[in-house]
Amino acid sequence: MSVWRGDANAGELQHFQVPQQENQTILDLVTWIQRETEPGLAYRFSCRVGMCGSCAMMINGIPRWACRTHVQKVVQGNQVTIEPLRNMPVIRDLVCDMSEFFAKWKQAEGQFRGGKSRYDAVEQLKPDTPKRRAANAAIECINCGICYSACDVVSWNKSYLGPAALNRAWSLLNDERDQHSLLRLKAVASDAGCHNCHSHQSCTQYCPNELNPTGAIAGLKRMAAVAALRGDI
Amino acid sequence: MLRPHRRHALWVAFLLHRISGLGLAIFLPVHFLVLGLALEDSETMDRLLLWSDSVLVKLAEFGLVFLLAVHLFGGLRLLALEFLPWSNRQKTFAALALAGSFLLACLFLIRAV
Amino acid sequence: MLDTRLYLLQRISAMIMAPLVMLHLGVIIIVIQGGLDSAEILSRTQGSFFWGSIYSLFVVMVSIHAAIGLRVVMFEWLKIRDLTLNLISWLVFVILISTGFRAVFAVVG
Repeated sequence: MSVWRGDANAGELQHFQVPQQENQTILDLVTWIQRETEPGLAYRFSCRVGMCGSCAMMINGIPRWACRTHVQKVVQGNQVTIEPLRNMPVIRDLVCDMSEFFAKWKQAEGQFRGGKSRYDAVEQLKPDTPKRRAANAAIECINCGICYSACDVVSWNKSYLGPAALNRAWSLLNDERDQHSLLRLKAVASDAGCHNCHSHQSCTQYCPNELNPTGAIAGLKRMAAVAALRGDI
Repeated sequence: MLRPHRRHALWVAFLLHRISGLGLAIFLPVHFLVLGLALEDSETMDRLLLWSDSVLVKLAEFGLVFLLAVHLFGGLRLLALEFLPWSNRQKTFAALALAGSFLLACLFLIRAV
Repeated sequence: MLDTRLYLLQRISAMIMAPLVMLHLGVIIIVIQGGLDSAEILSRTQGSFFWGSIYSLFVVMVSIHAAIGLRVVMFEWLKIRDLTLNLISWLVFVILISTGFRAVFAVVG
């Protein structure tokens, strides 16, 4: 197993011999390395069962969750290479700095802004309207950064908001309770926004939750284009 | 060689769209300049057109027709993706665009030689 | 880099050009048989209002479309930014539209 070791300045692949067992995941192997041979290895994980999204890394060049990747499925000639996520600055080894990723989430107005207070009655929502369905589909994102790491528009254009932030904006723009749609539409129609997307669809291809950020971004492009033609933004 | 995360059909479809667009943008001024000759210097133009009868140039023209067709069909695919309700058959559409372009370019070649 | 305004221009020019390109491909495939010469082209186009307007529209749209397209490629692959990017994009537009209209006048006028 080759593991990228280093920090923000430099680094290289370090090679480890690891035991081969049935039914082991990449996370099992990384943990084995840290416990048995290299205690200094830095990596992130929490839930181990594909719920938290913190163990995302590049496995043989493809962004995946280490805990949900069986070694058998990805091993190539008895060898696996793991590296930190692309498109994010490395802190150390397999741990990268996600602050820009989250900053873009805010920049895309990813925060829900309702118009009611605790004294109002809870709003009744119909679950089967097209807008609610779109909001529900996009809302399952857990911000693991896989799509952001898979996206080449992000690597070619550092200011691009990226699939996760735009998917979040799409979810909120379809939420009838939210009051900030105009502000959000302006944010996603900016120079850094949805219109930069080339529909490579790597985000959709690799999303472990099987979300469709490309579809969400296509929806934003339409929405923003209509608003621009009407003179709203 | 494509990096691993780019090795899927729709990324290749993007690359084809970009390369065809670049190719067409480079060819376009040449195309315009040759046509412009019709006004001032039709002899040179006819000499160029006669040269275009050779097999090698015909193959290059096959390439150009293919580029134009693949950019057209690929572009229609993108317009549908962006302006029509989402469809999960993106890879099928990309494959159809490629196959249609190839057929059209072949039709051109059959008639040209 | 590509804001809503440029995006709209790019997509609208694409929508206008889609039928024009189909027509163009059709003409290419029909006239190619038996080779081409300038007299053959001119007999179809010279003095024709129809071909004159079609090709003029085509030249304007393709100049817009190609200039914006190349702008994106220059930004993403060549890392050209800001003023340089705008200048080169405009230069592409001017070159295409001037050589394009010269060609239209040559075959129609």
